[in-house]
Amino acid sequence: MDEAPVAAGEDGERAAPASLAVILLISVLVVATCGLIYELLAGTLASYLLGDSVTQFSTVIGTYLFAMGVGSWLSRHVRSNEITVFVRVEILIAALGGWSAAGLFLLFPLVGDFRVALYALVMAIGVLVGLEIPLLIRILRHRFAFRELVSNVLTYDYVGALVASLLFPLILVPKLGMIRTGFVFGLANVGVAIALLVALRRQERVGRDMVAALVVTASLLTGLAFADRLQRWSEVAFYNEPVVYARSTPYQRIVLTRQGGDLRLYLNGNLQFSTRDEYRYHEALVWPVLGRVAAPRQVLILGGGDGLAAREVLRDARVGHVTLVDLDPEMARLFRDTPQLAQLNAGSLASPRLTMVNADAFRWVREETGQFDAIIIDFPDPTEFSLGKLYTESFYREVARLLARDGVMTVQSTSPLIAPRSYWTVASTLEAAGLTVRGYHAYVPSFGEWGFTMAAHAPISDGVRLPAHLRYLTAASERAMFDFQPDMARRPAPVNRLDNQALVRSFAEEWGRYEG
Amino acid sequence: MRDGKFPEATGPIEDVDVLIAGGGVSGLAAGWRLAEAGFTRFTLLELEDRTGGNARSGRNATSAYPLGAHYLPVPNREARALHHMLKQFGMIVGEERGAPVYDPLQLCADLEERLLWRGKWQEGLFPQTALSADDKEQYARFTAGMAAFRAAKGADGKPAFALPMALSSSDPQFRALDQQSFAQWLDANGYRSSLLRAYLRYCCRDDYGSEPEHVSAWAGIHYFAGRRGWAAGEDGDRELTWPEGNGRLVGLMARRIVGKIRTGHSVFRVERVDAGVVVHAFDHGISRTRRIRARAAVLAMPHFVAQRVAPQFAAKGDFSYAPWVVANVTVNRPPEGKGAPLAWDNVSAASESLGYVVATHQTSSADGGPTVLTWYLPLSRETPRQARKILMTRSLEAWQEVVRDDLLAMNPDLAGAIERIDVWQWGHAMVRPTPGFLSEPARLAATASSGPVWFAHSDLSGLSLFEEAHYRGVVAAESVLAHLSHPFESLV
Ligand SMILES: Cc1cc2nc3c(=O)[nH]c(=O)nc-3n(C[C@H](O)[C@H](O)[C@H](O)COP(=O)(O)OP(=O)(O)OC[C@H]3O[C@@H](n4cnc5c(N)ncnc54)[C@H](O)[C@@H]3O)c2cc1C
Repeated sequence: MDEAPVAAGEDGERAAPASLAVILLISVLVVATCGLIYELLAGTLASYLLGDSVTQFSTVIGTYLFAMGVGSWLSRHVRSNEITVFVRVEILIAALGGWSAAGLFLLFPLVGDFRVALYALVMAIGVLVGLEIPLLIRILRHRFAFRELVSNVLTYDYVGALVASLLFPLILVPKLGMIRTGFVFGLANVGVAIALLVALRRQERVGRDMVAALVVTASLLTGLAFADRLQRWSEVAFYNEPVVYARSTPYQRIVLTRQGGDLRLYLNGNLQFSTRDEYRYHEALVWPVLGRVAAPRQVLILGGGDGLAAREVLRDARVGHVTLVDLDPEMARLFRDTPQLAQLNAGSLASPRLTMVNADAFRWVREETGQFDAIIIDFPDPTEFSLGKLYTESFYREVARLLARDGVMTVQSTSPLIAPRSYWTVASTLEAAGLTVRGYHAYVPSFGEWGFTMAAHAPISDGVRLPAHLRYLTAASERAMFDFQPDMARRPAPVNRLDNQALVRSFAEEWGRYEG
Repeated sequence: MRDGKFPEATGPIEDVDVLIAGGGVSGLAAGWRLAEAGFTRFTLLELEDRTGGNARSGRNATSAYPLGAHYLPVPNREARALHHMLKQFGMIVGEERGAPVYDPLQLCADLEERLLWRGKWQEGLFPQTALSADDKEQYARFTAGMAAFRAAKGADGKPAFALPMALSSSDPQFRALDQQSFAQWLDANGYRSSLLRAYLRYCCRDDYGSEPEHVSAWAGIHYFAGRRGWAAGEDGDRELTWPEGNGRLVGLMARRIVGKIRTGHSVFRVERVDAGVVVHAFDHGISRTRRIRARAAVLAMPHFVAQRVAPQFAAKGDFSYAPWVVANVTVNRPPEGKGAPLAWDNVSAASESLGYVVATHQTSSADGGPTVLTWYLPLSRETPRQARKILMTRSLEAWQEVVRDDLLAMNPDLAGAIERIDVWQWGHAMVRPTPGFLSEPARLAATASSGPVWFAHSDLSGLSLFEEAHYRGVVAAESVLAHLSHPFESLV
């Protein structure tokens, strides 16, 4: 750093040393690039999380430009020490802008109204960015002729904008991802602040600002280092549709998304239903069973805390009572007490004809002594050893004990097309538990070709009595469900036992192959 | 007790036919055996306020959990009394081509074990990646060698390695293995692969709480060659386990003899009087000493205690014991990790601990929610004396820190999930089968007693295992029945 003479400015303040001018001009470029990047980040994020990109982009850009205007206007209130103020503005932008993407992703599932958080942040960053250029022009005004100055600054400003707008879609988003991009540009902002502080250290007391700048740098570097983990935490990055509800219970992560009229439930990232076609799934799950039981008075549902299977069952006036066993009380609460969701299951969970039991079905069936005319098993797919236990011979033996002599049960049993071995493992296992079985399948667009396995103590008949109000099943289409084309046809499959967990292993293999 | 500081008895002398001192697996097995023969005139005195000894268990709002012993491998065919008992307890549910069928819910569910190896969990306990050709060759050779020992029979027609060990062949070619340490034997046989040795060290510490340098080669080999689990299908090499570990078995045994058990009694003197014995026991409940006259006694306590309380009967010997620390860690969500999913037994190749077992593995199908992890550490590097000094001086907080650090090193995902850590210290946890233990005179004398005092403890086998404790209890009880001329049909 050279020993440039320090001249007193008009306002009695000290003008910048020569080398500072260079740093400052470079900062225009950096600052301009960063400013635009944050704007693009906010716009992209908003359209990503809230959908409707045209609206999101124009409102974000509008707000941002307006906020910049506010910043420019506010700059008049900065009466002295422009450089110090500029440095502090840079540190603040670095912190806010740098963390903006990560923060918004993380905040999304947590805050009630995401828009408030989003626009508050856009406003704050916009105001700060709006302060930058006016301050820089004032700092540099002693170095350059006014004409040259404005031309220089604006040139760099527009070049920066070009750089940003090209980098963003071509390199940053695809290569770095939004979260990392935020941190990288935050570092650039704070880099400008630090460079200025170093240049100024002879004339100013920069200690405190330097500490602040270093703290921000450290936080950004940490964020950058843990960007992958942040990305995972900020699960919204995972879904293709806007997330409208997300909550962790001790047992699972519940996420609801909505895109247009389509509401979807995910448990631990696995799709459970889409309102577009869940009726297909639930009619196929429930009616082939109810239609084969002469008097389904007592019905047991294992899993299915969303109440959708219960909705179908309760439509049957012959059903006197439904016992629903689901592990997670949070699911039940959500689907019983949220009007929108309770509407989906027609209030089934609040029905006086239904008893909700929050228990681990694996233990519950062993202690239960009641008899059920129909049993509907709707567990999550056997993706884990713990869940795999709910598809074992030992488990089905206990369930069979609860099934009335002339009762019928059914088990959701994954896709016979994608995972035929896994699908037929369920049948083998039910047979090993002493039941007769019949497999059937239905086409549910959001899942694909989906399989179920019916089981009973006695042979299962063809004859089925279906109610008239169904949207998917008719006597003819029901009959067709039992027909398996060669690519799904029965094949040898092992019995899934507690000690071999054959199903979990084949499920992982077959779906792994399918998903690549 | 050590200084005989208990007060002398004041009340009248009590009478009973048989007195069992000690309510661990061996004492309870003795009581169970007497009850099986329809013999009811016995009392069991236990020092602690609960029976079970090293197989005791605890429980909190989340789950039951073991404080010590946590599993029983499917027993060998020769463990007849044990089969009889498991059938009675509903653990053996049937027969298939003559072989017992075990209740699948009580056999350890898949996934049984996983190893954290080079930052990733894998199934099984022997590393599967980054093995040199030499490692593979030695592992294969070791496995084949052990299979040969498992099948081997001595000149007397008995299996070279049996479980209970008392039924093993006395053929000198196998007994000779007891003259050297397992480590020496491994060296001599060219087993030097560090991965193989680390695995074998794990096994020795798991079963005996001791280093391969300190256990007899006979015992080291017994671990691999002694088990020929007898079960239908392929269940022979499986294990039985429950949330409370072997607490399940001792609980069921105790339930069959409830009226006979008196807890909170320290037996501190056993004297010969006429043809029988008088047993002095301090009743901690009323702080008074009782005197009980019995026609026969079964001392089902560690031999170092028996030596002191019954010097007239118990030969003084050189028994040494490995200290252990067991911690029960309540977590609000289950551990995860890269690679193989959570298993029942989870071990890290990089840790000095033996890892942890998951209490809810058998009972729960939830892939979330709270659970209890039982963490094990044998203090085998130090001499037993040094180790016991550590146990006496290290604070609870210090142990909790050790446990927490070790767990978080294995499962960083547990950060913030640990709700409490209960630490249990076992000063004399497991008898050490040191070289020469097979011919240890005091051990042999204890097994050859002719009454009126018999010994029943896993110490008599030198192998601290459920099967051994059970066998010793049953054998002692049958000796007592014979002595009292009570009719019975032997189960051994
Ligand atoms: C941490 C740990 C883990 C283990 N894990 C396993 C396992 O997984 N599987 C396995 O098979 N084995 C395991 N073991 C070995 C276990 O020790 C044996 O399986 C078995 O429980 C031993 O029973 P025991 O009756 O021989 O001895 P103990 O359990 O020692 O029983 C002796 C009993 O006598 C009582 N007693 C002592 N002195 C007196 C006195 N003066 N008066 C009255 N009563 C007295 C004691 O309180 C105790 O209850 C483990 C041991 C430990 C310590």
